[in-house]
Amino acid sequence: MQTVETQLTSPSKGVVTLKEHVIEVISDSGEGAQRCGQSLGSIAARMGNGVWTVEIIPAEIQPPARSIEGASGNRVRIGSWRVANGGDETDLVVAFNEQVLLGRVRSGELRPDCQILLESMWGEHPDEAVAASYREVVEELKAAGYRLYEVPFEKECRHLTIDPRRGKNMFVLGVLCNLYSMNLDLAREQIRLAFRKKPDRVIQSNLDLLEAGHAWAEGNLDFQYRIPAVRATEPQIVVNGNAALALGVLASGMEVCAMYPITPATSASHYLSEVFPNVGGVVHQAEDEIAACAFAIGASYAGKCAITITSGPGFSLKQEGIGLAVMAEIPLVVVNVQRGGPSTGLPTKMEQGDLLTAIYGSHGDAPKVVMAASTIEECFHSVITARRIAETFNMVVVLLTDAALATSQQPFPRPAFDPAWLCPPVDQSAVPAGADPYDWDPETGMAPRFVPGQPGGMHTLTGLAHDRRSRVAYDPAANEEGLLHRSLKLAALQKTLKPPVLHGDPEGDLLVLGWGSTRGAIEEAVDRVRADGLRVSSANLTFLQPLQPGLGEMMKGFRKVMTIESNWSDRPSNSIINADNRRYSALAMMLRSRYLVDVDCWSEVKGQPLKPASVHRLLCDTVKSMAPAAAPRKARR
Amino acid sequence: MTIPAHEQLLQMYEEEHDLEHYQGCIPRWCTGCGDNAILTAVQKLCRSERLRPEKTVFVSGIGCSSRFPHYMKAYGFHGIHGRALPVAEGVRMVRPDLKVFVNTGDGDCCSIGAAHWIHAVRYNMDLTVMLHDNHVYGLTKKQASPTSPRGLKSNTTPRGSFLDALNPLSVTLGVQNVSFVAQAVDWIPELVYEVIRAAYHHKGFSFVRIIQRCPEWLPGLLDPWVKEPQKIRILQHEKGIRLSAGLASVYTNVMPHDPADIDEAREIASCVDPIPVGILYHNPTIPCYEDCFAGKPMRTPEMIQAGLEAEFDKFTVWPEGSERLAPV
Repeated sequence: MQTVETQLTSPSKGVVTLKEHVIEVISDSGEGAQRCGQSLGSIAARMGNGVWTVEIIPAEIQPPARSIEGASGNRVRIGSWRVANGGDETDLVVAFNEQVLLGRVRSGELRPDCQILLESMWGEHPDEAVAASYREVVEELKAAGYRLYEVPFEKECRHLTIDPRRGKNMFVLGVLCNLYSMNLDLAREQIRLAFRKKPDRVIQSNLDLLEAGHAWAEGNLDFQYRIPAVRATEPQIVVNGNAALALGVLASGMEVCAMYPITPATSASHYLSEVFPNVGGVVHQAEDEIAACAFAIGASYAGKCAITITSGPGFSLKQEGIGLAVMAEIPLVVVNVQRGGPSTGLPTKMEQGDLLTAIYGSHGDAPKVVMAASTIEECFHSVITARRIAETFNMVVVLLTDAALATSQQPFPRPAFDPAWLCPPVDQSAVPAGADPYDWDPETGMAPRFVPGQPGGMHTLTGLAHDRRSRVAYDPAANEEGLLHRSLKLAALQKTLKPPVLHGDPEGDLLVLGWGSTRGAIEEAVDRVRADGLRVSSANLTFLQPLQPGLGEMMKGFRKVMTIESNWSDRPSNSIINADNRRYSALAMMLRSRYLVDVDCWSEVKGQPLKPASVHRLLCDTVKSMAPAAAPRKARR
Repeated sequence: MTIPAHEQLLQMYEEEHDLEHYQGCIPRWCTGCGDNAILTAVQKLCRSERLRPEKTVFVSGIGCSSRFPHYMKAYGFHGIHGRALPVAEGVRMVRPDLKVFVNTGDGDCCSIGAAHWIHAVRYNMDLTVMLHDNHVYGLTKKQASPTSPRGLKSNTTPRGSFLDALNPLSVTLGVQNVSFVAQAVDWIPELVYEVIRAAYHHKGFSFVRIIQRCPEWLPGLLDPWVKEPQKIRILQHEKGIRLSAGLASVYTNVMPHDPADIDEAREIASCVDPIPVGILYHNPTIPCYEDCFAGKPMRTPEMIQAGLEAEFDKFTVWPEGSERLAPV
């Protein structure tokens, strides 16, 4: 072994027990580091560990080899208990070349004493420039205090495969299984599952590489870890957020998903295309985002509530269609797997920048329901809920997830199928004589909907202002009647919602409100500061439009309320920013206007999931900067 | 087994509809507008084909043409500009039991909705599509449309439009999977009816362009063709449409054309004077997109549950000591 440096003094392999570790595997695009990391996450989940995986994705399919921007791979946080976010800096990284590694170092993703397993072949590269670059980086990292091991991955793989570039990832998986004392049988099962569409020969070759990696680590590396798993007592599903969305579509009973390829939403449709036909479903890849939305509206109009799945730019394009569905009161589920914006922005990175577009998008007053999934499990269940709300209220339901949820894996309890998840059959009964197509209920705004095929229900639905009979109506009273009833439906839905659940005590110094995938990092940070004695609580909002009841009361229990979001907010530290011009984060803006509470906000929009440590620091600083709690107010009076 | 006479009568009563049964609101198109001719032809078609109003859907976009569904008594979908085709495709995909018609204009179809048009031809879904082509934007008050003749003075081209007109027939015939293309002119009602009827009977994407007059914004534009029957070329074939004797005696510029011949169809399409009318192309063998999903199993709760559980099984980690192991 070419150990450059090791701080492990024990000559015999002592297995070190850990509570958790963050592991990264990074390579050039196409070398399989993503599959390696995902597999490690799945194996850990099969071991019963808490897991959260985060993909590291370059924006191009084949970015230049050995480049900082080309780093592709996976970050896996493995813990003894349930893990709800990607965690802080990386503890151990496997890098297939020094350049992709450098990118991670420069962006501060690695812990100062991180262990690094680096492919060593570059040091003997015939191109002197490459070899020199390799040596330079190795020296730099050693000097910086990283524990670096140079490993001849490729050389070792050459014994087993003629194309080590494609097989190295499974060798590395074997090494990691050994380093983290994973059950090799579960690893073999995972490989068989991951390569289930490939011929046996390919599966066998990967199994051989896995075992070789395991044996090599056993014989050549002098450290080993164990992250004891507190096994769940019920079966767990291990999928990423997009697969969970697709499973949700299946479970919701919807029949049509119309989509157009867009990162990072497409993988949901990939998986759905594979499995939807098994239950008689259709994935329609439309000619563009607008057509995808219109196709879904057509299917919904004809009685089969449909879904369209997209991301930021596609969501913008769908807005006119969404407005039509709002106006004509056609149920529709729109999923926006948010990415960095505006414009093409950061296609592969997470952001929560589309909340206000989701709520206020489309011209005119276009009330629609907006929900956000905060965990992989919610990605599944939210689709079912969204479909039910859409059909109950004849409304558009926008479900927000993001790039972080899309590619992250986290185990969640296997759902027990409930027939109530499914859509009712299409109503083809005759419409009572004299019934109007928009027979709005004066209190709830709700109206039954006539579906083509129902005798007596013939009417022309229109995106123009219309009266109860669906006749085009330009008179002032009719216009307000429509606006009123479409708006009332949101209030009616709001009456059925439950208050958000508090994480922490109902009273304290600081209440943090958030939505979507940042929940895991926020709650972990809140737990940490609470353990330090700070009086901080948090709550995650599942419904953003309408807002859940009880929020106003909840906020009254705290001296300060702030949101933490991954969308832009002006920082008061900028000299030009003041109370007159500061732009707040989306949720903060919503809460300020609704509750007239001075809700503050903090946001980070780096395209990366929030780290609990950053939130932890923020919470400490925020509480510290608050004026000391007044002596009990009653006493002063 | 014979059906008793009174039941036969009842059935006839239920299935037979008068023209009024298909009439919706009173049309608000201008006097002399070609849209009226199309409406009359379609109502007549509904009656003669005994279409059940509740099983018939008219989908449109935005524009004068797209007011069409309001004037029918059937299910109508008057949507947004340019998107009639994808909406109709969604309806068609989930409801094979419905008859779906699309009414669209030259701005709606050939400009803002052009992308959908091209792909709709390619999908070849079973839709009867009527392109109401009056060569101008009417509802927004006279702007040049893609099919406006070059030099047309309009509110956006006061010095005359710069571009040659787009030819909807040539475009449609250039797209893979094209299966039915026909043309009519609004001033020969019998022809409008016959062409739409042939389109209705074609299973697939039937594209009918109706050249129509806009008396409000382009009065007299088509007068040379209206007044001179020789400037209308009748496409004739045993598989095409047949004109009545009276009409045949007036329109004598006849050209034999086999609708199966796509090369000749393309040649005919490119001719704008005389105006070719009748069926340019018909190929009943092109598969329909919706049929690619045909044979899909009937959706029952049990089947959806079984499909879902099978997927869950792939990704389940069973607790220790559990009987069930993750399948390999």
